[in-house]
Amino acid sequence: MLEIRNLSFAVDEDDKQKEIIHDLNLTIEDGKFTVITGPNGSGKSTLARLIMGIEKPISGSILLDGEDITALDITERAKKGISFAFQQPVRFKGIRVKDLLCLAAGKRISVSEACAYLSEVGLCARDYIDREINSSLSGGELKRIEIATLLARKTRLSVFDEPEAGIDLWSFQNLIRIFEKMRAEIRDSAIVIISHQERILQIADEILVLADGRISEKGTPAEILPRLIGQSAPVSACQKLQ
Amino acid sequence: MVQLDAIQKRLIEEIADLHSVPTGAYNFRANSKLAGRNTTANIDIVSKPDGSGIDIHVKPGTKNESVHIPVVLSESGIKETVYNDFYIGEGADVVIVAGCGIDNCGSQDSEHDGIHRFYVGKNAKIKYVEKHYGSGDGRGQRILNPVTEVYQEEGSSVEMEMEQIKGVDSTERTTLAELKADARLVVKERLMTHGSQNAVSTYQVNLNGAGGTADVVSRSVARDESSQTFNARITGNAPCSGHTECDSIIMDKGRILAIPSLEANDVDAMLVHEAAIGKIAGDQLVKLMTLGLTEQEAEEQIINGFLR
Repeated sequence: MLEIRNLSFAVDEDDKQKEIIHDLNLTIEDGKFTVITGPNGSGKSTLARLIMGIEKPISGSILLDGEDITALDITERAKKGISFAFQQPVRFKGIRVKDLLCLAAGKRISVSEACAYLSEVGLCARDYIDREINSSLSGGELKRIEIATLLARKTRLSVFDEPEAGIDLWSFQNLIRIFEKMRAEIRDSAIVIISHQERILQIADEILVLADGRISEKGTPAEILPRLIGQSAPVSACQKLQ
Repeated sequence: MVQLDAIQKRLIEEIADLHSVPTGAYNFRANSKLAGRNTTANIDIVSKPDGSGIDIHVKPGTKNESVHIPVVLSESGIKETVYNDFYIGEGADVVIVAGCGIDNCGSQDSEHDGIHRFYVGKNAKIKYVEKHYGSGDGRGQRILNPVTEVYQEEGSSVEMEMEQIKGVDSTERTTLAELKADARLVVKERLMTHGSQNAVSTYQVNLNGAGGTADVVSRSVARDESSQTFNARITGNAPCSGHTECDSIIMDKGRILAIPSLEANDVDAMLVHEAAIGKIAGDQLVKLMTLGLTEQEAEEQIINGFLR
């Protein structure tokens, strides 16, 4: 279980501190598929990065299974069992798909194991295993490889930052299928997805709506979606929720 | 028989991935002396009469054979210049593995300057792999100044892989290539400098015949206070295509000067150059740290991949 207590985060802007996350509290329970949504600029990605330790809060605390991990760096949090899928997956010259999967698994893995992770995300393993993670890969391919690295890590908390960003419609259909499968197989672990895609919101166990750096609403898709859908824009939806 | 001591064997492993005597033709040189040689029915190796080096003759049509010519220096204070000339017959297809390892535990400088000339016959194909490596904790410098000259006949193909990753204090590499019609040259250079090392790499590729192609790609990493200069020029004297690329990671107080240049003397010469120098991207480090690597481990993985 992940608990966030009174968390605040600010950035320096024009010599002033601008608060992005305000005194935020939330709990992510094990065995649940949680989707955090909200308008652009509401602090969703910042929250995901705070959970992974990529950003440091100005106050508040983060607890994983009751242990305070606020002071831990990215590496230490990764070792405690948090994994993170980037909104814009990073490219590496020279590092191949199988190298990244080995690094993710933390050991040498066999070609058949690597292939299993790639097949899981709908990539023909034979075509990809020796490919470099460079600009020759499309956005959709990178995104799926990014997800495969999380599968290889098998951590207890997986955070996905806008997995739908930058991928085409065809890849998106596959992405939904991958998440549906992950949700079906979720057991003692927890999955957090930052998204504003209705299809992803629909498969959530719980939706948290973030607006202006605070949780403004939470509930099941049945409770939350009718209020979000049909609005002209998520911004107005969230403003009305406040 | 090849007679090498433990240090020399270790150097050979580093530069030629050889754990035992290779099959095929070879010429081992250790501390300026011949340490072993083997010839085959198709590949002959003969010492130059004046003792300045060797001539390697590959018969026309020779296929799937290899030549290993490693050089090791394990005594401090050796300074040598060696001329190795390769005559590759028409239609041959061979792999040539060269390389020099220096272990200098003494206080005097050790220097090996290898001058390799390749005369590549019509439609012949070679893959040339050259690795440089230095070790030893003496105050004496480890110096390597290789010169490579390639003369390619019509339709020939040369692929060169040059690698210098560790331990060479000073290196000045010069590569000259002359290509006739439909000849193809691919160069892949990998270089890492550290400490106060200095490396200079100069290429002059002349595309003299129609349909000639050249691709010269260098990837390098400059760490600590080391410095590098990459100076590559492709000259198109006929309808041809050429590409040169220098991609570098700079770290600590390293310095890199990249001077890719092109010269077109024919309206149908298509020439492209690219150069990029930058430090390791922060998001690359962060990504690998989210997989549980420390910052230092992440840095090593990024560099290993980049220099692959």
